[in-house]
Amino acid sequence: MTNNNLNFGYEKKPVPGYFLKMGAILAGIGIILIILSLFVDPVRSSFNSLIMFAFMISIALGSIFLIALEYIAGAVWSVPFRRVLEGIGLIIFVVPIFAIPVLLNIHTLFSWTHPEVIATDSILKNKAPYLNTTFFYVRLVAFFALWFLFYYLFTSNSKKQDATGNQALTKRNIKLAAAFLPVFAITISLTAIDWLMALSPHWFSTIFAVYYFAGSVLAALSIWAIISITLNENGILVKGLKSDHYYSFGALLFAFINFWAYIAFSQFMLIWYANLPEETFWYIARGTGSWMYFSIGMIVVHFIVPYIFLLPQPAKMDPKRVKWAAIWILFAHFYDLYWIVMPTLDKNGLSVSWMDFAYLIFGIGLIFVVFSLWSKNRNLVPIGDPKMKQSMEFEL
Amino acid sequence: MEEKIIYGVTALFDSPNNLVKAVKSVNEAGYRKYDVHTSYPIHGMPKAMKLKPSKLAYFALAFGLTGTTLAFLFITWTMSIDYKLVIGGKPFFALPAFIPVIFEVTVLLASIGTVLTMLFYFFKFPNNKHPLHDTEYMQKVSGDGFGICIEAKDNNFDEEKIKSFLSNIGGLNVTSIFYDSVELNHKNKVFEPKFIGFLILVFILISGATYFSLNKLIYMPPFTWMHDQNRLDAQESSVMFGDGFGMRPPVDGTVARNQMPYPYSGHPELALNLVNPSAPTKENYELGKKKFDIYCSPCHGYFGKGDGRLNNQFITPPSLQSEKIRNWKDGQIFHVITEGQNSMPSYAKQILPEERWAIVDYVRVIQRAMNAKEEDIK
Repeated sequence: MTNNNLNFGYEKKPVPGYFLKMGAILAGIGIILIILSLFVDPVRSSFNSLIMFAFMISIALGSIFLIALEYIAGAVWSVPFRRVLEGIGLIIFVVPIFAIPVLLNIHTLFSWTHPEVIATDSILKNKAPYLNTTFFYVRLVAFFALWFLFYYLFTSNSKKQDATGNQALTKRNIKLAAAFLPVFAITISLTAIDWLMALSPHWFSTIFAVYYFAGSVLAALSIWAIISITLNENGILVKGLKSDHYYSFGALLFAFINFWAYIAFSQFMLIWYANLPEETFWYIARGTGSWMYFSIGMIVVHFIVPYIFLLPQPAKMDPKRVKWAAIWILFAHFYDLYWIVMPTLDKNGLSVSWMDFAYLIFGIGLIFVVFSLWSKNRNLVPIGDPKMKQSMEFEL
Repeated sequence: MEEKIIYGVTALFDSPNNLVKAVKSVNEAGYRKYDVHTSYPIHGMPKAMKLKPSKLAYFALAFGLTGTTLAFLFITWTMSIDYKLVIGGKPFFALPAFIPVIFEVTVLLASIGTVLTMLFYFFKFPNNKHPLHDTEYMQKVSGDGFGICIEAKDNNFDEEKIKSFLSNIGGLNVTSIFYDSVELNHKNKVFEPKFIGFLILVFILISGATYFSLNKLIYMPPFTWMHDQNRLDAQESSVMFGDGFGMRPPVDGTVARNQMPYPYSGHPELALNLVNPSAPTKENYELGKKKFDIYCSPCHGYFGKGDGRLNNQFITPPSLQSEKIRNWKDGQIFHVITEGQNSMPSYAKQILPEERWAIVDYVRVIQRAMNAKEEDIK
């Protein structure tokens, strides 16, 4: 296939300047707040850094997953937006920064890292072959190596295709996607177990990894929709993108909101029904005192509001409404992770502090900074992709 | 046949793309009452036709919410109000356990309601006559044709003008379609006896077939292996023992748990020495009254006068109010209840020792009640 890029009328334009400015300002404010929080309450700050690590990694991993999904499902509608997704996925290289404050405070966060705790605890002793610091670091390094590798392979093939329009590269990426998906399933499961479930090392829930996966895909979809729609509003993506294209953003957000609710409810109901003390304590911690209101709030924030908002078809096809839904859901994902992590610290009840948002502001800012720097010398649309023409004519 | 009434004008197109283009020109020409017919859905057609979103979604929502409400009310009423059962130690109003049921009923009602609405409201089932049926046009679009039909209901309808218009935009086989006489006089057929009769027939056939196949054809007796076990039930005879009884008496000298054997069996004179161990509490007297009314009153009467309900049908017992009995020691009355006397059988098997003592206390109460002293009135 010859290179017929210009058929799509794509011209390289820089992303709006406020992406970088806003990102830098947010990241700057975030850094200042983080440093302040380290002086005010280092323990609380370490818990916040853990939330943000989980938040950033869910966006990065979710993005790579969505790239792989497009290839393996042969999706057409998403092709013009895939390059944006690749830009968001780049933060996988930034995520290790967020791991540093967590790893520095690993003994504050995770009780299973203390040998004296394990010595007196038969359950932790039995879990020690898996839950020990050496193996934890081995997993961390190995997983990041795998993610870097797959991200690099996907995006370098995609970039090469811009110049050559070589169809074989798409085929190669499809094979790559087939290899990545099982790797993704295992690594994201173990990540969820290592970083979130291990906060209460006695607790276990076999569905927890799926729960984190549902949240991850939602977070990645949200930020992808936010950036894609903003760029298109400014005419930076290719001309001719219609509501038919946005419908899939809306529909996928809606579908994964339902999937998340289904998984969250399944986890709760099975534990509630079985009523085994080694499982219920996790929900008791979240169902007593002020945490109960926070938990009920999560049903509203993470399910009822986006569900009703996205239920009518016109809402899924209107880019403005999809964007608002995506911003809301991104916040809901943060709410969800806060709900998972913070009861371990605030045992006596919910106590929201300004510190809790320091890392969030920093992280969101960083995403925009990384994205605008990355976009400087790249096409924001995969113009060489063989599915591109089909995608421009995509109709529901 | 008199003058024919026109339904519309049809035209065929050779590809879906041409049909979409044709629809756009039809729209531009200002026609609104038209429909397209293809054998499969064409992407982009709703937009080209400027269709509004289907109203069916509102029906689905309404039916779904009805399902949610009904399931919620029903399960709450049955599980929490009308027939409370403790299940797994959960509260009677166990919302998490209800949610799967509520969800299922919501989906069920939404889908059934949507399909029925579609059939009966939008498709006007069971009306099955339409001017386009049995035309060449319909045959073609059911196979490889892509057709458009501008209806006579349109405000700008003019048969000749539309025919030339459709030919101009590339329509083939431009034809006018006329109503049949049946179609002109068509009315709603849902309440027609024929249709209702058909529904009843289907109902009878299906329920009959279900009943026949489940209860006769593949009927399996309910399993009884828990009921029919290889052991002797109470009162069954046995071939294993010489006396033929399945139930064995306890070994001689067996003493029941927490029970002392009566030491003065056959020695009423020794029973004088028994000491009444009961305490004069309200509970004790109530227990005594209850047991007396159950076991003693049928013969002795409620006040021990020997005028019980079996009077004249059975041997009349002596009064418990006699001077003799009033002067008996507690132990003597206890002994008579335990061992029996004359025609009275032993009640040792029916009444526990402490209950016997309570009866003795109660007998003292009724004796005193019937022979009250002046000081009792004060």
